[in-house]
Formats: sequence, C-alpha cells, structure tokens
Amino acid sequence: MDAEEIYKEMADAIVNLDQEKALNLANQALKEEMNLLKVIEKGFGEGIRKVGDLWDDGEFFLPELMSGAQIMQKAVDVLTPQLQSSGSERQSSGKVLLATIEGDIHSIGKTIVATMLRANGFQVIDLGTDVKAEKIVDVAINENVDIIGVSTLLTTTMLNQKKVIEILEQKNLRNNFKVIFGGAPVTQGWVDECHADGYAENAVESVKLAKSLM
Amino acid sequence: MGILRPKVALLNDEYKKKIFEEAKHILKSLGVLFENSEAEVLLKEQGVPNDNHRYYIPSDLVDKCLTSPPHEITMYDREGNVHLSLKDDNIHFDPGSAAIFILDENSGQIREPLHQDFIRFTKIVDQLLNIDAQSTSLVYSDVPKSAQDWHRLYTTLKYGHKPIVTGTFRKESFSIMNELLLTCRTSEKDLAAKPLAIFDACPSPPLSWSDLTTQSVIDAAERMIPSEFISMPMSGANAPITLIGSITQHCAESLAGVVISQLAKKGAPIIWGGSPAIMDMKHGTTPMGAIETMMIDIGDVEMGKYLNLPTHAYMSLSDAKIPDAQAGLEAGMGALLAGLTGINMISGPGMLDFESCQSIEKLLIDNEIAGMVKRFLRGIHDYGSPFAEEILKDYDNTNELLSHPSTLQLFRKELFLPSPIIARMTRDEWKKAGSRSSRQRAKEEIEGLLAKSPQKALDNLKSTELDKISSKYL
Repeated sequence: MDAEEIYKEMADAIVNLDQEKALNLANQALKEEMNLLKVIEKGFGEGIRKVGDLWDDGEFFLPELMSGAQIMQKAVDVLTPQLQSSGSERQSSGKVLLATIEGDIHSIGKTIVATMLRANGFQVIDLGTDVKAEKIVDVAINENVDIIGVSTLLTTTMLNQKKVIEILEQKNLRNNFKVIFGGAPVTQGWVDECHADGYAENAVESVKLAKSLM
Repeated sequence: MGILRPKVALLNDEYKKKIFEEAKHILKSLGVLFENSEAEVLLKEQGVPNDNHRYYIPSDLVDKCLTSPPHEITMYDREGNVHLSLKDDNIHFDPGSAAIFILDENSGQIREPLHQDFIRFTKIVDQLLNIDAQSTSLVYSDVPKSAQDWHRLYTTLKYGHKPIVTGTFRKESFSIMNELLLTCRTSEKDLAAKPLAIFDACPSPPLSWSDLTTQSVIDAAERMIPSEFISMPMSGANAPITLIGSITQHCAESLAGVVISQLAKKGAPIIWGGSPAIMDMKHGTTPMGAIETMMIDIGDVEMGKYLNLPTHAYMSLSDAKIPDAQAGLEAGMGALLAGLTGINMISGPGMLDFESCQSIEKLLIDNEIAGMVKRFLRGIHDYGSPFAEEILKDYDNTNELLSHPSTLQLFRKELFLPSPIIARMTRDEWKKAGSRSSRQRAKEEIEGLLAKSPQKALDNLKSTELDKISSKYL
C-alpha cells in the first residue's frame, strides 16, 4: 500500500469515528517510518477537515464532531514522541488560552472549543471555569499565548469578559494578544462594545476564527 | 417501543357499545340511501327491505359483514416492497388530498394547480422521511376534466415510489386506474396481494351513498384493493350538533360501507376513515383545524378500533390561508392528537383552507411536525439500568458527555433531528441567515429537494407502459 492510500485510510478512520483503526494506522506509520508531518496533515488532518465539512452540511452533529476530534488527538499523541525526538514537531497553528470567566462554572462550550482547536493543530491551555480576569491575563503573559478565549454562559458574568480587555489595556499589552469571546449571550454588538477581536457562534466557527486571527 | 405508548381517548367501552348499537339501529330504522344499481342488487339478494333507493339494513347483516374484513392492511411500494402496515396503533402520514388550489411559493398567490405543480409536489413527498404515503393531492386543470382523477395516479406512479391514497371522480376511471396500478404488478392477484393504492370513498351526509362512491367501493372490493371510507358529517348542519351525535352518524354511514364492501367481496380490505367537521357558526365554513373537529375524528377512530378495523382521519390540516402561526398550531395539535389516538393513516400535511389548498411550504413544516409526533410516540425507552450512574462516572474524565460512547451510539435514536426549517440556531446565526421565518426557510428547502435523485428510480419498461396507458385515454 502506498503512502497516499494509507493517508486515505487515516482520513476515513477519522470520518468513520473508528478509533481502533486510527490508532493502528498511527502505529503503522511509526513502524514504517513514514513522514509523520505528512501523516498528520494529509491523513488524520484531512479526516478532521471532512468531519467539519459534514457538520457544516448538516450530516454530522456535535457528538460526531467531538469524537472525531478526540480520535484525531489520540492519533497525534501516538505520533508526538517520535516527532519530538526527530526534532520535526508538528507546526503549531497557534497557542490559545481558554477560560470560563469568574462567577461562571459552565464548561461544556469551552470544552468543545478546546477539543476542536487541538484537533486543528492549536496548542490549548484550558484554565477551567470561574477564573478571575487577572489570572487569565497573567497566564497569557507567562505562556506567551497568541489568543485569549473567554467564555461565559450567564449575562450576569458577561461583564467580566470585558475586564480581561481592560486589564490588558491598563498594562499596555492589548496589542500583544487577540481576545475572543464565546458563550450563549455573546453577540457581535457585545464584541464591538468591548473592542474584542471576534466571537464564534459554534465550535467549527471558532476554529475558523482562530485561524483567521493568526 | 417505549415504556408506555402514549395514548389519548375520549370514549370508554360502554359508550362505544352504545354508539355502535345506535348506529346499527339507525341503519335498520332510518335506512341508507344507495343510488348505485350494483349495490341495490347486492342488498336485495340479502333480502334487505327497501323503500325505493332507501335500504333498511338489519343489524344481523351488519354484524355478519363485520366478521370478514381484515384487521390489518400492509401497503407495498411501487416496486413491490413492504412499505407500511395499517394496524394496531401504527401511524402514517400522507398529504391531504384533492386540493383545487395551490399556494404558489414563488408568487405567494393562491391559484389553480397545473400538472407541473403536481409533479413537483409528488417529487417532494417522495423525499420526505416523515410522510409515509403519497396522495393524489392536487386537482390540476390542464388535463381534460374526464382525466382529472386517473391522471393524478399516473403522475404519482411516475414520480414517486410510496403507496398512494387516491380516488375516482367518475365511475369509468376505476378501470383506467386499475390498469395503471397493474403496470407495477405482475397480475390482478399480485396487486391484491401487494396493495399499492387506497381508494377513498366518500358517503354524502346524512346517510347517503352516491352512485360514484358506492361503485368505487364495489370495484375496489372485487379486486381486493383497499377502500377508505370518508364519512364527513358536519355537526349542526347535516349532522347533530353534538359531538357524540356526529360520531354516531359517522358510525352508521361507515357501517353501511362495510356492508356494501363485504357483500361485493367477502374479506375485502377496508379502512375506517373520515373527514368530519363542525360548522363554523359565524362563517358557515367547515374548519378542519377546530378542536371539536379533531375530537369527532378521535371518537370516529376509536369506534374503528372498537370494530377491529384499520383507521384513518383527516388531521394535521389548517384553515389558515398561508403557512402562518395558525397553520402551525392547528397542524401541530391535529398531528399530535392523531398520533396519540393511533390513527393508522393521517391525511392532512400540506393542506390549508378547509381541504381546498395545498402548500409545499406547509408540507415541509408538517413533515417536521410528523417527525416530532413519531418521536413522541416512541416514548421513553429503557436501555437497561443503571440509567445514568455509569455514564456520570465518566464525566470527570472529559468534562463533557458529547463524546461518550452512549451519546454517540444513541443520540440519533433518542433525539428527533429537525431540518433547518426549525430554528434552533443562535439569534446571531439566525440574523446572519437573513432573519427568516419558518415559512421562508421551508421555501429555501424546496429546490434542493427537487434536485435530489428519486428515492427509487422508476423502471424504464414500467415508465413506458404508464405513458402508453396515459396516451391511450387522454
């Protein structure tokens, strides 16, 4: 079987949500000393792009989107040690910090976004829920992230999203980071009012948004 | 099936018996008008007393005729595969039939339908997952009047594969329609064994069976083709104002149909159907979306079930003139009540304006309603206990259950997944998509559905044969 055929099988394994097959193929790629960057890009990566397309077309739904992304991540995890030792790590799409803002303990939307971003090559630091704006900014500075993603479900805690931008402005660091918002009450109007860099309506859109900001 | 099959009922056994006995008494004492010579011969052969065309049917003959019709009818598709089964509390939807107008979704105008409209309508029904059968739903004006009944069946067979609810407008048409149906079967025997079409037969209230409709029942019975009785008492106008009186009249008219069909051919398949209505006491109209109309429908069907016959009703229709909020609420209530009653064939999706106007936009919205009703009736399923504990143990590993194996395995079964016609997007997504109403979103689906390949391609030979028959009689 030539490399192209194996890439296709890898993509199909993701689309078919067949974790066992995906992991076997990842191990086969290691054994056969394939070009692992190509394996990720042309094999599993192509699969997750197709999963996104199927979601766009209304054929796939959130459980399939999440499972596809998780299988993709597990396959990449199999390849990562070898990639690191060979010094040819997968090129990161960018580094993203995610947190649900202070006062809000809702995590499901943020978890979905984190999974989708990781599957699409982003490094994700997930600080969890009920995180103070000050902490978000501190970690963003220390980790030198590209994008800060702040999530909220409640209209009452929504105001705290704005605080992240205000702190960055006070520290004169606003231009060092892209700040994006997520969560049910967030609208373009709110993003404009806060001078944030964008928001997404769903997990697939969030990947497109993050890529557009890099 | 779920733990319980959700049900609704308006009558108890005591009242069903009372209604049945009174209906039989009506047939014996008031009699039924039959204007069909073949039916009159059949009744006279049984010694049924008559006064001119009015026949006074003895109760023992009714009882005898009730012993022979089948309790269930399996319908087959055009290609001869099992498609649906009219039995127990199974439910199926088909579009409301024989509309003389169409709401043109492009012009927004209500106008007379053309053949092309019915081709489009049939192709759409072929694609809709929750509409189980076709119906000859539009009466189009661009064929000769003498062809207006059978030509619709020809068109349905050409462009759709699902079983068909149809009917005759002229006695002569039955044989043409039978000929059309036979193109899809190997013989009359094969057509009887694998029914493809149901013929509606509508008695005229009160207590009268016209020549045409009686002939249809006899012709269908002789060939073991299912007949669907559509008794349509109008409460307060040509039926008692009381709901129970209208149900009793419906029962009497339908029992007369049972007698004629079983005398024509013992064991002929029949469906206990109806299209009753109250009369709107202000406008003098026959509102199909009235809650009392639905209550009569439910009572009628309960009587059909009491007599162990497959059932039908005209529900899920609306009297609104466009697919607006009234259309949604009337169609939604009707469909859910029909589902809860377990009506085997529910005719109505797409229909507006007292059964006079079809709308593809409404049909697509009703397809969503039908899907939701079917989901509701599947009830709450037990997949084995513990119901939640094991799943919740896994939550801490992932902070979500979307990717849990149980979610992936069961979400398509547990949830009805609506089409984009049902707005569940965020407000901003809705705004970005043009802030459209459900009616507008339904309209947007139409061209995509029409562009799809047919669910089952029509065999070339059958297609040619159908065309030949159509050319011969046009």
